[in-house]
Amino acid sequence: MAGSATAAIRVRGLRTRFGPQVVHDNLDLEVRYGEVLGVVGASGTGKSVLLRAVVGLMKPAAGSIEVLGHDISRLGAAERREIESRTGVLFQDGALFSSLTVAQNVQVPLREHTSLPQDVIDEITAVKLGMVGLPPEAACKYPSELSGGMRKRAGLARALALDPEIVCLDEPTAGLDPIGAAAFDGLVRRLQRTLGITVFMVTHDLDSLWAICDRIAVLAEKQVLVVGPMEVMLQHEHPWVRSYFHGPRARAQRSE
Amino acid sequence: MAALAGRIKSERDGARLVVSLGGRWGIDEADRLDGELRRLAPGPAKAVSIDIAGVEALDTAAALVLYRARKRLRADGHAAEFARARPELSALLDLIEANDAPVECRAPREPPLRAIVAHVGRATIEALDNGLKMLSFFGLTMTTLARAAIRPWRIRGTALVGHMEQAGLDAVPIVALISFLIGVVLAYQGADQLAKFGAEIFVVNLVGISVLREIGILLTAIVIAGRSGSAFTAAIGSMKVREEIDAMRTLGLDPIEVLVLPRLLALIVTLPLLAFFADAMGLLGGGLMAWISLGIGPAQFIERLGDAVPMWSFWVGIIKAPVFAFLIAMVGCYEGFQVSGSAESVGRHTTKAVVEAIFLVIVVDAAFSILFAYLGV
Ligand SMILES: Nc1ncnc2c1ncn2[C@@H]1O[C@H](COP(=O)(O)OP(=O)(O)O)[C@@H](O)[C@H]1O
Ligand SMILES: [Mg+2]
Repeated sequence: MAGSATAAIRVRGLRTRFGPQVVHDNLDLEVRYGEVLGVVGASGTGKSVLLRAVVGLMKPAAGSIEVLGHDISRLGAAERREIESRTGVLFQDGALFSSLTVAQNVQVPLREHTSLPQDVIDEITAVKLGMVGLPPEAACKYPSELSGGMRKRAGLARALALDPEIVCLDEPTAGLDPIGAAAFDGLVRRLQRTLGITVFMVTHDLDSLWAICDRIAVLAEKQVLVVGPMEVMLQHEHPWVRSYFHGPRARAQRSE
Repeated sequence: MAALAGRIKSERDGARLVVSLGGRWGIDEADRLDGELRRLAPGPAKAVSIDIAGVEALDTAAALVLYRARKRLRADGHAAEFARARPELSALLDLIEANDAPVECRAPREPPLRAIVAHVGRATIEALDNGLKMLSFFGLTMTTLARAAIRPWRIRGTALVGHMEQAGLDAVPIVALISFLIGVVLAYQGADQLAKFGAEIFVVNLVGISVLREIGILLTAIVIAGRSGSAFTAAIGSMKVREEIDAMRTLGLDPIEVLVLPRLLALIVTLPLLAFFADAMGLLGGGLMAWISLGIGPAQFIERLGDAVPMWSFWVGIIKAPVFAFLIAMVGCYEGFQVSGSAESVGRHTTKAVVEAIFLVIVVDAAFSILFAYLGV
């Protein structure tokens, strides 16, 4: 079934808008199975909006979005639930439920989508928290008692609770210290290797792009300007792409 | 989900039991896998080898079930091992082993009697502490108010007018409707009883005195506590959660001056006006009902009102309005500043603000009654 499609996510001719403001116009993008795709673009080019459209939170004005071989605008309730349980989302600031502890947050999808007994759920929770590198003490804390980096990790643990095939991450390393960000990169890489998941990652972090992205998609002028591995980015002629990948920060990164 | 079907078979190899798994095992089939593994009967076999070379995919839930099976077999005295695991599978199983401590978030249980005593004690201390903090917040606001009185240009005019509109003007319809209806009900119920004594005309006294002295202002205060007190808490509380208040402090703005004073002054100005309006609507409702059910015409009603109800009754009601306004605004803003951490805290403190404000309004109203009785008005 899903394996027969060539792309985990396929966006064709996408058009989104808020009132008169068109954010994307005729945008095409494919995310292959098992790859880590990084999406970059200037602030306000619609990276978060693209992610919201892919996970079905925003209805496109035109175009089609296929996730795991299903057109998400034409799903029945049961199919939608199935697709939801096979995709995980980490929002920009974690979006943890503030009235629940970290452990309860991770258990929400498990309770909603499975009928596993409580002791198995408790153990899965412990494994997921361990997977994202949270100490066991963090399990009983409320989101407001965590640091920003810990909230992101907890959000990732919740996104991973059902072993999704696709994870969408919105700027996962923004606001983390370099060591924390590098650890997060390693984490995403490890998860992608062990669980074979497809990662759709919006990021501004050049380190992440170098370290873990198989391909990079540049968003500009309401479309995907170019997609490809880092080598392609480095050779691209577009001024924004040049200054992004050859700017002072990029040079510092490459000289390492 | 045919593609996820996992296979399992077991065979005896001398003293060893070999369990081989194949196919794809996922969360949907974790229950089936668990059942199959529990049914294994190693019997005298000392060693159990779980061969997972043929597993194409294994998710966390299924891996967890496998890990638990191995743990169970080991506890039963068998030498259980995973065999021929691909690197990523053994990485996953190692990860599970490393986190083998189910999450337990229960607070340690206290003996029930001690728990009750501790709860009462904690609640008492919290109530006292809350009172003390509220008092110091009142003090802080009063000094800020005094400073603003010396330099009135520091009062934020735009905010003041905005709050007057939201808390005052926008509340007019609901206050009008409620007061009118209560006037109607009072006159109707009163007429029913007074008619038994042939003293229907005293309906005017009943409606006039009760609406002007108590009901008009009390109802208005309760509506405003529910409407504006809660809005104050929610607005300030959300700003607190998003660190906007801290940002204000670092920019040299005084949150009390910027957030509390305009709200406080807006309520102090508008609540007496709303109370006046409520009085008028209450009398209108009462008068209308007296006319319909008792035939007391408007001219007679007004004349009787002038004779029976001293002007003082009106002032007794209106004098209380600024005091109630002060209480409602103070409690609403205070609870807003008490919000900490999460969105849930905003909801909790908003509820608290409304309950405390209504409670205080009624207590102070009772105190006013005693005071006025003492003064003989
Ligand atoms: N809820 C919204 N209402 C109106 N406009 C929005 C909304 N969300 C995003 N936008 C607009 O869409 C554009 C893309 O936003 P976004 O995807 O958040 O940018 P970024 O690429 O920085 O993540 C921006 O110009 C923003 O103003
Ligand atoms: Mg964004």
